Amino acid sequence: MTLLVAAAAAGEPSCYSRLTNEWFCAQYLSDYRQEITDATVQHLQITVASVVLGVLIAFPLALIARRLPRLETLIVGAATAVYTIPSLALLPLLVPFTGLSATTVVIGLALYALTILVRSMLEGLRSVPEDVRESAVGLGYGATRLLVLVELPLALPVIMAGLRVATVSTVALTTVGSLVSYGGLGNLIADGVSTNFRAELMTAAILCVAIAVLLDVLIVVAQRILTPWTRGARA
Amino acid sequence: MNLLLDTWDYLVTAGHWTGEDGMLQLLLQQLLLSLTAMVLAAAIGLPTALWLGHLGRGGFLAINISNVGRAVPTFALLALFVTADWPGTDTLGPYGRAGLATVLALTLFALPPVITNSYVGIREVSPAVKQAADGMGMTGRQRFVRVELPLAAPLVLLGLRLALVQVWATATIAALVAGPGLGRVITDGFYRTNYAKGIAGAVVVAVVALLLELVAAAGVRLLDPTRRASSPNRHPGMSGAPPTVTEEAGDVGS
Repeated sequence: MTLLVAAAAAGEPSCYSRLTNEWFCAQYLSDYRQEITDATVQHLQITVASVVLGVLIAFPLALIARRLPRLETLIVGAATAVYTIPSLALLPLLVPFTGLSATTVVIGLALYALTILVRSMLEGLRSVPEDVRESAVGLGYGATRLLVLVELPLALPVIMAGLRVATVSTVALTTVGSLVSYGGLGNLIADGVSTNFRAELMTAAILCVAIAVLLDVLIVVAQRILTPWTRGARA
Repeated sequence: MNLLLDTWDYLVTAGHWTGEDGMLQLLLQQLLLSLTAMVLAAAIGLPTALWLGHLGRGGFLAINISNVGRAVPTFALLALFVTADWPGTDTLGPYGRAGLATVLALTLFALPPVITNSYVGIREVSPAVKQAADGMGMTGRQRFVRVELPLAAPLVLLGLRLALVQVWATATIAALVAGPGLGRVITDGFYRTNYAKGIAGAVVVAVVALLLELVAAAGVRLLDPTRRASSPNRHPGMSGAPPTVTEEAGDVGS
């Protein structure tokens, strides 16, 4: 309270004081710069770690599912079941095993990303034309070379589409991690709600959407660089 | 692993289920919230998307609304609603504290999957089939009701199913901003370091989510006209068409 009085006495009340409590406030941005930066960095770290972990698990799963159709039903079914569980319920279910840590959030979010990624990988690999595969085998390609040099590049557009969806939703879901105090910008949102701090809330919300858009654009650019042939075909 | 035993104890204690603010009461409240939001979203989203799909307009909007819906954190929108002067935290009848804000947020997040899938469903009906309908002398309305709608049904129903998953998840998150529903058991447990309670709440939420998904899947099987129609003496080409459509748009909604 003394701080507020001092600010008021010094001249104009800041736009985030209890009295004005404005939604948009430049003063808040400069005064709380460190806190906002830390939250944004944590948000990015959790998001990237979750998506990378999701890709690392999804890839072998997709390969196994493709090889063994009987397991495919099981893997896709289990992934769908996980996807059905609300994020706020999934995180507590992991707490007995991983405690109140960033690991809990990363594993939980990786499970959601996994669902989207396994599906898009299976769909992408399935979209490779059979005659292309046969020509490669006819040219003497082994299983590994066929996968890396022929199938993966051709499946890439579909896989990247899945990666975009997974990344954007992971950015949004990271906020729920504030339940175990590792929610990046979600921590600011939670604090904004409990202290009725509008500028903090609005800033965090806008930053979340901005991060989602930024990562989405990055993936699109990466895909363009990785698959130059799709550009030529479209033009 | 003591935590798991405590959680079990919490779940089997009758006192935690009954009475005011018992889990049963909160469960019913969350079901009511979800149902209301689903009805609202279907009432707004279905006619709009189906009509736009029939006319073939507004595709950009119908597709991109899902991308926007995915990028906006449900938690952030709920927080904005509750902190704003309107709708705020006012109690709304059986919907509980911040009821109006929660219903609004749930409806908004249910709309994207409903709109995108319904729109894509109608648009993906093959042009040849539409031309055949026109050639038979069907009016625009007849074509819509008898041809486009039945063929789009798998995707329309998928959209509703995805919306239900989304609504249940968002309704749980409402508790993070002091809203109603079962999520309150989770947040209460965590904020008061009664982790067994928090995890017990999560178990109930997760189990109900899986049950809802099973019910929705069964409902889709019952309602889908393209599945019913695929009797063995049909031309194989006709029953073969709809599944490819389902697969294509599956990633649009998820």
